[in-house]
Amino acid sequence: MAVDDRFSEDFRQTRDEEYIGTRSEVITGPVADWATDFSHLEPEWSADPYPIQDDLRQRCPIAHTSRFGGGWLPTRYEDVAAIAYDTERFSSRSIIMSNFRPPRDLAPVGTAPPISSDPPFHHDARKLLLPAFTKAVVTRQEPATRAFCDSLIEGFEGRDVVDAATDYAQHIPIRVIADMLGFPPKDGPQFREFVEDLLEGINLPPDERIARVSRLFDYLMVQVHDHLDQPRDDLTTYLINAELYGQKLPPDVVTGAMALLLIAGIDTTWSAIGASLWHLAKTPGDRERLIAEPQLLPTAMEELLRVYAPVTMARLVKEDMRWHGVDMKAEDWILLSFPAANRDPAQFDRAGEVVIDRAVNRHAAFGLGVHRCVGSHLARMELRVALEAWLGRIPRFTLADPSAVTWSAGQIRGPRTLPLRIR
Amino acid sequence: MKVQIDTERCQGHGRCYDLAPGLFSEDDEGYGTIIGDGVVPPGEQSNARLAVLNCPEHAIELIEGG
Repeated sequence: MAVDDRFSEDFRQTRDEEYIGTRSEVITGPVADWATDFSHLEPEWSADPYPIQDDLRQRCPIAHTSRFGGGWLPTRYEDVAAIAYDTERFSSRSIIMSNFRPPRDLAPVGTAPPISSDPPFHHDARKLLLPAFTKAVVTRQEPATRAFCDSLIEGFEGRDVVDAATDYAQHIPIRVIADMLGFPPKDGPQFREFVEDLLEGINLPPDERIARVSRLFDYLMVQVHDHLDQPRDDLTTYLINAELYGQKLPPDVVTGAMALLLIAGIDTTWSAIGASLWHLAKTPGDRERLIAEPQLLPTAMEELLRVYAPVTMARLVKEDMRWHGVDMKAEDWILLSFPAANRDPAQFDRAGEVVIDRAVNRHAAFGLGVHRCVGSHLARMELRVALEAWLGRIPRFTLADPSAVTWSAGQIRGPRTLPLRIR
Repeated sequence: MKVQIDTERCQGHGRCYDLAPGLFSEDDEGYGTIIGDGVVPPGEQSNARLAVLNCPEHAIELIEGG
């Protein structure tokens, strides 16, 4: 077999050149007016973004900020949907709203295909991943996921209070994605750091941010070489061998896709599991109903995904334009809030309430259009199994200290400290 | 009553085959497919309606009568 020289040091140099982009001034501090100065990185937004979104939807449905070099925040379902569907005018070249815009010629591939890709490349890159994430394929992970959840709960033996965010929810997606990528399970704690580096270190100085992102890619290169030496039946070997347009993938596409799968599956699912347990801990009626009617869980889960949708995406405006009443400039950010869309009263009855048996629920928690979350079937399996395992063994639980609950900052929202009293 | 999927709109959310597994299935990439000819048996009518009403992409059509 010929030596695969795609993953040489030279490749890493070209990758570092991708960090030549456009930087804007870092502006932090209290928001003056959310309609003209919004920031999803301020503590007020992390603690409870929904009243802010509800207020904006009424008085300024496409809010603006000059932070992050300029950006817009639509809060109506119809505007969020229109942008998600319009890949002609809104690029996914970067999907994390920050003070750094990658160079325009990075489109249509972007740094982490296919989430960062635009058509037509997007379609082909996505097609590579879809077969690995169908409902039928992810169902194979279910027994191991259930056993792992059970083992975490068995570890609570003798404790009255556990942190459902860090002792439970966090570990589940980390273990599942490590198994699927074929990374050593013992490396799990490092993945947590990678996620923080990419998704939460938004306002760090550029050099530090680059250094942190490099740590992730250094780790991925170790895994690539390990899989080149010892190919096995997992997603890493699959990506190394995958072909697009009759050729093996460029090295940056391989590591970009690995980074995407590793990062995108962890914070998101962790957040969904944690937010669901948080809701059930503080809402005894819903918790008791699910204990009495376990068959309601799939329906209830969709409602919890709607109301506590963890994921907000971002887009970049391609060209100056007048759009739905506002003047957007090329390179302006769009903070694409699926959580805000999911609470639009024009789309949902009793939009701000959890209706645990809501049967009609056209929510957008996994996005809309061509970028529908590739891992949605996996996320749903993990969320259902995590809740079934918990409710089956811990039917009664409450918030041990409501004031101690903390939420993540940035575009993925979920509890990061969640002390629950379990007996 | 018959169900149809608009394949241009379907993005593979899978709500149809979650909610009405007797009527819908997934293809090798997770996109929804119709089982058989799409004719809805009497016992499946409420599941068919649920699938239509829960598709985030509005990709499923219900053809009444016929």
